[in-house]
Amino acid sequence: MTSVLYDVPGPRARRRNLIGTVVGGLVLLALAALVVNQLRVNGIFEVRRWQIFWDPPPPFPDSAQDVWRFLLVQGLGATLRAAGIAAIFAMLLGFVLAVWRMAPRRWVQIPAITVIEFFRGLPVVLLMLFSALALGLSIFQAVVLGLVIYNAAIIGEILRAGIVSLPKGQSEAAYAIGMTHWQTLVLILLPQAVRRMLPSLVSQLVVLLKDTSLGFIVGYTELLRSVQNLRDYFGNAFLFSLFFVGAAIYIAVNFSISRLAVWLERRGTKKAAGGVAPIETDVDGQLDPGLGRTQQSRGGPL
Amino acid sequence: MDAVIENLPLYWQGFRTTLTLAIVAGLAALVLGTLLGAFRVSPVPPLRAFGATYVELVRNTPLTIVFFFFVFVAPQVGIQVPFFVSAVFALSVYTAAFVCEAVRSGVNSVSVGQAEAARSIGLTFNQTLREVVMPQAFRTIVPPLINIFIALTKNTSVAGGFFVLELFGVGRRLANAYSGDVIAVLLGVAFFYLLITIPSGLLANQVERKVAFAR
Repeated sequence: MTSVLYDVPGPRARRRNLIGTVVGGLVLLALAALVVNQLRVNGIFEVRRWQIFWDPPPPFPDSAQDVWRFLLVQGLGATLRAAGIAAIFAMLLGFVLAVWRMAPRRWVQIPAITVIEFFRGLPVVLLMLFSALALGLSIFQAVVLGLVIYNAAIIGEILRAGIVSLPKGQSEAAYAIGMTHWQTLVLILLPQAVRRMLPSLVSQLVVLLKDTSLGFIVGYTELLRSVQNLRDYFGNAFLFSLFFVGAAIYIAVNFSISRLAVWLERRGTKKAAGGVAPIETDVDGQLDPGLGRTQQSRGGPL
Repeated sequence: MDAVIENLPLYWQGFRTTLTLAIVAGLAALVLGTLLGAFRVSPVPPLRAFGATYVELVRNTPLTIVFFFFVFVAPQVGIQVPFFVSAVFALSVYTAAFVCEAVRSGVNSVSVGQAEAARSIGLTFNQTLREVVMPQAFRTIVPPLINIFIALTKNTSVAGGFFVLELFGVGRRLANAYSGDVIAVLLGVAFFYLLITIPSGLLANQVERKVAFAR
């Protein structure tokens, strides 16, 4: 392994690394054993605690199928529905904001800048609560609207950063063949910006999907709320197993989409010309949503 | 509007709780995240794997789930703490993953030649790290850290859904009490959030510009 910090290890460094591996491995194993023991002591591994997933115990008339249907169809279904609809509208609105913000006159840009800066600095739950109480929307609409407003602001910034990062020659060439500002923006720059920023956009969708779980707080019956409802029905003894499965579903879905972002990035970099901007996992601090520092000053996703 | 003015003390209390949460969790995340970041750039494979797994796992988990774990599930396995402490745990565990990534990329952003040059003039590993790599990495790390802090501030609102009376919790309570004045009440809450997030954002931009100049 070559890194900034180390040379290729020699015999002594290799020995030291081996010792580190053994010691570090043992410490991690000990920690894992501690956790497992804590779980065991509290009876988490007893079969009856997990039985609802294949054969709910006697007092309950329901079949395991009902449990799974409740979790996957109702819970995950509600989560994905909210996320899907919000994603579409956030994208559209994000486009509008990006184009608006790139308007040639400063005073035309100001409303777009205000909207972006205002909503980027607010918690998504607050937007959801506002939509539900002040605008009188249904809970589902409120969750979607909250997600749309916030993510549109972020997506607008991602797209703008994508446009700014394009070589100047692109817009110069477009102007040179007589295109107007809007034509240049919409026909030449935006398509390239979308392609460049595809990984960031996909990562932002993961953030959006994660944020649907905030619906839990405002009372939308999504996956986490379904877990809680099942707990209320079956009893506290099943909380851990239900939570475990619910969290696993969330992680599995998000993980697949994150992989998609990584795959898109690799695919983009392979086709050298006009490729995809690297996911700046790091710079934006947050999620890896590729928001580079420049795009993201209000602490975007996470 | 009256609802906001009458309840300014409550807002103030919520604001302080939010700020306390953000700062305490931020510091804890900074320590934990730096440790994890060190794991991720260490030459010892199990530590690297641990750091990578942690980051990957936490990043794909919604914060609400982390809160749910610490507030509802953890008591079942014998970990019983006040709600405020649960909130600090949840926020710092979650934020640490992002701090870790910032640290790792900061270290990786220092060009290899720097460390090679340091070693070739005979600096030891510790000297290389302390005198050459870290000062340069630090510059790259600060702006994203501020952004992480901003995101953390916004994330404290989730604690409001889990029994901590911070700004969002205050907003929800007041919105229920003054149903005629919901808009003013919630705009008041928004104002206090922006009071933290916008100046921090400007600070991040400022620092970033300085750093860019220094390069």
